[in-house]
Amino acid sequence: MTCDEAEVLLHALLDGELDAGHAREVEGHIAGCPHCAALLADYREMSKAVAGADLRHTAPPLLRRRIEASLPQTQAPSRRMVLRGFAMGSAVSALAATGLVAIVLRNDDEQRILSEVVSAHLRSLQAGHLTDVVSTDQHTVKPWFNGKLDVAPPVVDLTAQGFTLIGGRLDYIDARAIGAIVYRRRQHVINLFVAQTASTERHAARTETIQGFNIRRWGDRGLNYWAVSDIATDELNEFGEKFETATAG
Amino acid sequence: MPGRLISTGRARAFSTAGQQAMPVNASNDDPDRARRFRDAALPHLDDVYTLARYLLREAADAEDAVQECYLRALKHFDTYRGPAMKPWLLAILRNVCRAEFARRASSPAAALDELPDDAAPTPLWHEAQETPEAQVLRQRDASAIRRMVSALAEPFRETFVLREIHNLSYREIADIVEAPVGTVMSRLARARALLRSAWTAEQEQPK
Repeated sequence: MTCDEAEVLLHALLDGELDAGHAREVEGHIAGCPHCAALLADYREMSKAVAGADLRHTAPPLLRRRIEASLPQTQAPSRRMVLRGFAMGSAVSALAATGLVAIVLRNDDEQRILSEVVSAHLRSLQAGHLTDVVSTDQHTVKPWFNGKLDVAPPVVDLTAQGFTLIGGRLDYIDARAIGAIVYRRRQHVINLFVAQTASTERHAARTETIQGFNIRRWGDRGLNYWAVSDIATDELNEFGEKFETATAG
Repeated sequence: MPGRLISTGRARAFSTAGQQAMPVNASNDDPDRARRFRDAALPHLDDVYTLARYLLREAADAEDAVQECYLRALKHFDTYRGPAMKPWLLAILRNVCRAEFARRASSPAAALDELPDDAAPTPLWHEAQETPEAQVLRQRDASAIRRMVSALAEPFRETFVLREIHNLSYREIADIVEAPVGTVMSRLARARALLRSAWTAEQEQPK
């Protein structure tokens, strides 16, 4: 390998883009070439400085609001009309009503999504389509989702804690593809649905029962989770806590 | 730098681009679709804005481009089947910016500041406007690095930002800039070589 070639390829080496064979070749050249070795060291140092400098920009709040305003409204008009009645009067009550719209609609949406989650859980049990990828290995299940979703669902093996990972599946909730990670507790199946959300706040877990199924939902770092199963509430909570502990940090 | 844009020109360029093409689809009013779009696209706003700032430099231009990007993305959301949302949005943003470059190039009112593709002879490191004392203080800090990156010629700056700031893979960058992976690799090599010279020059400034 010539220095000219190495000077280009060492960037791919730095970025982890070379396959093992080429990586060895470039490393071989660098080992015998002080010039290229010095270059690589410089680029490494530069890369570190660039990463540490925080070169990102933050979108101005006004721009965010402009874009939000340009999107079609997501509230259902009928409900908005009803609530607008309450808002007549002072600016204070108008503000209060805005909060009320958000609360009422969010609950409404959440109920619909919860029943969809239960339907998806039932489908997965009935149709013999529990998993698209069957593996007890989190390092097989996690990459399987790559390219299929716009999120990377965290996949953790909780076998040691009594919940066996059995695979993953693509499902549809709220008319979009979302990831389902499937666990087994004794003879019971737990579907853990994971979807992206605009909110990055942490939402504490809440448990509900719909059609005899228990659902534990929570939100963490831009992802919403729904764990659905016919196991008892306390066991489902145990599952959720183990999962949250394993994915924390 | 001479005034590059007259403000009416900018408004016209971005707004007409937003209104042309397909008639507004009836499903644009579907609240469910709008919400899905919001959930999927808005978390990437800072990423999109960051790329816009590095491509267009001026904050006002970048904001207009980002807004136009989101309008286009919403319009084409029905046909979106991947890749991941972030590279998809960045590719749209890049097209918006390129349309703006083309408009600037053909508009006599706007000064052309884009550099030709083979910008190798372009001096990367201009004597800074600040005093040497201030420069020593700021040596190596974020603003210095930011300035060095901003001084890179367009194809190199774009590739560098997508790699170092957006952390995209060579393949994802290649798809966004519509060039082969080999080209991405050589542009990145060139970008880093230019930065390294600037870097070295900065470190050798008298203290």
